[in-house]
Amino acid sequence: MEYKTVLTTCGYCGCGCGLYLEVLDGQLVGAQPCKTDSVSQGGLCIKGWNVHEFVQNSERLTKPLIKKDGQFKEATWDEALDTVASRLKKIKEENGPDRIAFLTSAKCTNEENYLLQKLARAVVGTNNVDHCARL
Amino acid sequence: MKAMQARVRKLLEENKIDGFIGLKMEHGHPAPFMFSRENLGEMETLVVGDVRYPLNKALLKVSGQYPDLTFGVMVRGCDERGITELLKWNQLHRDRVIPVGVACSSELAQLCECYKPYPSDWVVGEKTEGIAKSKRLQKIEGMNQKERLSYWLNQFNKCIKCYGCRDVCPMCFCEVCSLEDRNFILTGKLPPENPTFHLSRAVHMVGRCIDCGLCEEACPSNIPVRTLYKKINEIVKEYFDYRTGESSEGKSPLNLLGEVTLELSDVNK
Ligand code: SF4
Ligand code: SF4
Repeated sequence: MEYKTVLTTCGYCGCGCGLYLEVLDGQLVGAQPCKTDSVSQGGLCIKGWNVHEFVQNSERLTKPLIKKDGQFKEATWDEALDTVASRLKKIKEENGPDRIAFLTSAKCTNEENYLLQKLARAVVGTNNVDHCARL
Repeated sequence: MKAMQARVRKLLEENKIDGFIGLKMEHGHPAPFMFSRENLGEMETLVVGDVRYPLNKALLKVSGQYPDLTFGVMVRGCDERGITELLKWNQLHRDRVIPVGVACSSELAQLCECYKPYPSDWVVGEKTEGIAKSKRLQKIEGMNQKERLSYWLNQFNKCIKCYGCRDVCPMCFCEVCSLEDRNFILTGKLPPENPTFHLSRAVHMVGRCIDCGLCEEACPSNIPVRTLYKKINEIVKEYFDYRTGESSEGKSPLNLLGEVTLELSDVNK
């Protein structure tokens, strides 16, 4: 029997609110704002309060899906990455790099976002980079 | 702090309790945690300070999973009132909870304007006098009706409907919440119905609110919801002679059946 809380940062947007995930016997049973967090000072929005729900949700995607004949089919990561890479390559060759845009995410770290813009600029050759926090 | 650690250790070692819900200092933050015989070595990280979490709510989660075990929990005056009500509402078993008390600092008591900032028994802190009448409430009551209405409507307009006030509340244990009734509170609309949303919550806190103030501390919009519930508590005291959590005797007002006649004295003031 174990009940503990794990300090973490909300993954839903770029604000970075501090929260505790409540863990009862290895299962997430709740989220709580961290009251001593200097950023969020004990408050959360509705997404933060419910952040524990998606982790163990049975509807959560755990494998990549590729659309074939109008239907999503489960695929391996290699298949998925190969499909994305070859399609992007084709678009770039046929229509130029500015026909491709990159949308980065608040769920990633600064370093991961840096890498994505690097991929966009240095590998693909476009400045079309934006971020989900602007939506 | 040492006194609390020693008491909890003793309760665990003597098998009086199977777990103790308290606060553990970790990464420089006090965090809710359950101390048990399996982690006795961590007892030195148990802390008591002015930072408060809804420990009774954690207790409900754990005891709901282990109804045959007995748990200790750190309680302040407000938390003890909470335990008293949770027992009445059959959310906890009397023989299955052992509260270990903390008397609040006078700073905290002032900040909370708490009428009884200490539990019936405590191992940490010293008893400080309670505050009989809330100044925050007096200030609002000093306004005329029109000013008061616009004050509250403006406050409620700031609501981002995070449900934090409800989610943090140690006395909100209902499986189904009126504030999520789609016919009543529309989805995708901000601010939520004003003042329906807030007044519904206020009415539902009759006989529930133990004035811990965690709701107001969790509100990202700084809405003085605690003051609103302080007024509710005052009305409950005035009309039902009931002080939520004060005694294990007496029925909670929302559980009264039969005819009750109430005369509202100052509605037009
Ligand atoms: S003060 Fe707020 S959080 Fe505490 S019992 Fe009352 S409504 Fe619930
Ligand atoms: S915590 Fe504040 S903003 Fe959130 S729902 Fe309650 S009153 Fe509204």
